[in-house]
Amino acid sequence: MAGAAATGGSARSDTYASARNWLLLPSWAVLCIFVLAPVAMMLVYSFLTKEFRGGVIWEFTLAAYDQFFFDRGLFGDEPARIDWTYILIFWRSIWQAGLATFLALLIGFPTAYFIATRPAQTRTVWVFLITIPYWVNLLIRTVSMKFLLRDQGPLNDFLLATGLIDDPVRIINTNAAVQIGLFYSYLPFMVLPIYASVERYNFALSEAAADLYASKWTTLRRIVIPSVRPGIIAGCILVFVPSLGAFLAPDLLGGAKNFMIGSLIEEQFKGNAGNWPFGAAASMILLTLVLVILMFLARQQARADREATS
Amino acid sequence: MPDTRNAIDVRNAVKRYGSFTALQSITLSIRDNEFFTLLGPSGCGKTTLLRMIAGFEDVTEGEIFLFGEEIENLPPHQRPVNTVFQNYALFPHMTIEENVMFGLEMRGSSRDAARKKAGEMLELVQLTPFSARKPSQLSGGQQQRVALARALAPQPKVLLLDEPLSALDLKLRQAMRSELKSIQRETGITFTFVTHDQEEALTMSDRIAVMSAGRLQQLGEARDIYERPVNRFVADFIGETNLLDARIEAVDASVATCRLGSGLTLECDAIGNARPGADVHISIRPERMTLAAANGDPWQGTVKENIFVGTDVQTVVQLQGGIALTVRTQNSAAGVATIFDPGTEVAITVEAGAARMLED
Repeated sequence: MAGAAATGGSARSDTYASARNWLLLPSWAVLCIFVLAPVAMMLVYSFLTKEFRGGVIWEFTLAAYDQFFFDRGLFGDEPARIDWTYILIFWRSIWQAGLATFLALLIGFPTAYFIATRPAQTRTVWVFLITIPYWVNLLIRTVSMKFLLRDQGPLNDFLLATGLIDDPVRIINTNAAVQIGLFYSYLPFMVLPIYASVERYNFALSEAAADLYASKWTTLRRIVIPSVRPGIIAGCILVFVPSLGAFLAPDLLGGAKNFMIGSLIEEQFKGNAGNWPFGAAASMILLTLVLVILMFLARQQARADREATS
Repeated sequence: MPDTRNAIDVRNAVKRYGSFTALQSITLSIRDNEFFTLLGPSGCGKTTLLRMIAGFEDVTEGEIFLFGEEIENLPPHQRPVNTVFQNYALFPHMTIEENVMFGLEMRGSSRDAARKKAGEMLELVQLTPFSARKPSQLSGGQQQRVALARALAPQPKVLLLDEPLSALDLKLRQAMRSELKSIQRETGITFTFVTHDQEEALTMSDRIAVMSAGRLQQLGEARDIYERPVNRFVADFIGETNLLDARIEAVDASVATCRLGSGLTLECDAIGNARPGADVHISIRPERMTLAAANGDPWQGTVKENIFVGTDVQTVVQLQGGIALTVRTQNSAAGVATIFDPGTEVAITVEAGAARMLED
């Protein structure tokens, strides 16, 4: 009897297992079609030979990666020297994205904290206000930013009118403009996860810290920030990753001098000047970079979670 | 000038939230070295008063003194008082030891000195083996003791405890009562304890302040409050009682003769403004009456029911004129001999001094 019951039980769990596999199928399909297939395609293309008017020739080569890291002269016959051009573009992008993340954190944390400490009804309004810009397409918002920042734009007009400056300040086509663009584009991604963390924070802990002689600043540093660290890390990832690959803000606000990875890759697939394998190779390098950073942050996150719950 | 020997002096403290008045002019003193309890039902303002002493709530009007020093305008981190919070509020990302060390470090102790002191405190609450754990790895009772150690470590002038036992189960709560009391005696620190549990208040406190509806109802020693409640609220809230309506017939020296609705008369101590003809309330504790077989005395009635409650039996007796009294008889051989079946006519004897006239 016992044996029969056990068999029956395992047969049923088999049924559950197969049902589960079938139910998971749509998710797998979406993952394959929209994530794995494009990445695989990119990976394959990065090892192919370029066709001059765009497209590829199906012939294996490491030329794209070689071009990224090395300079072999105009005709490719000189000894290989490390080519810093693209590496520098990457470095500049990481730096820009890092700075944008830092600025977003600097402004986003107090904003999120402010919203989370409002009465429940007003909180919803604030969150709604934060998300309003997202009702307008990013391209349109970035173009508008261009008009705001240009020499004769409202920002300069305002600064001139207040007498803070005598001549228009050059903002457009500088790194600062790219920064402003990135910061503006991704700030809500910083605010929302931190807000979610602060909202769950037990404010009795702040009272306990104050009761134990901690000043407001010490309480923030030693109690609040460690408690909401998962939200801070999530916000940093959500701002850093898209900033790193962004091309709208650098293209439209930064001008030709302030090339970033996103623009570099975009160029390779646009018009006749493109080089698809090179674009694919640059994408793969970017992807690897992002994955390494994410893995590092994920480990931090796991540690923060463990500390918050254990 | 407030008395500098008092740990806490609250003078005419008022707390208003918009148009709502949470505390209406409270004045009380907490003596150095005593176990003082603020007792009342939820919403009576006891926690608000405690939070005002800690500094978490602004004082709308009035003053608070700590050993003669005015503190109501100091931020919480500048007041030398510590709090044990209702849900402990232990820092989840720190170990038990780090939690206890926190207040010491904030007061400028070196790490080593703080660690040494934290070790002593954890020993006091018997949690030394747990010092490296995180709060979530401890049971509720253990977390409670960590919260106590953390609040005691900086040697506050007054320790404030905000319903610290309410989240524990009954057995643990009873064990913690005597532990708290003995720690208070051992450390000599003034404890100010907030609770809605009258038994907790009676067993631990040196003095109790009973609060209701934002007002101080009565302040006194535990026995005093139980035996001599000043009003219906206190008589009813502390323990169980029989509340009777009466009219004063005569006042002779300090003894008043009162007539109940049914025509029965009763003598009790006259209070303040007692004068003949006034309507008053009288409280008689159920355990201060005894039953006997009917003997023709006017104080007699019919047994309605007997309720067995373990240590005692509660007997409801219907007097002539519709008054029902509850009498408590101890569940002992002598006690059980005075319990009668429902329907039996019995005589009730009220112990001398048991009837207490109330102010309102």
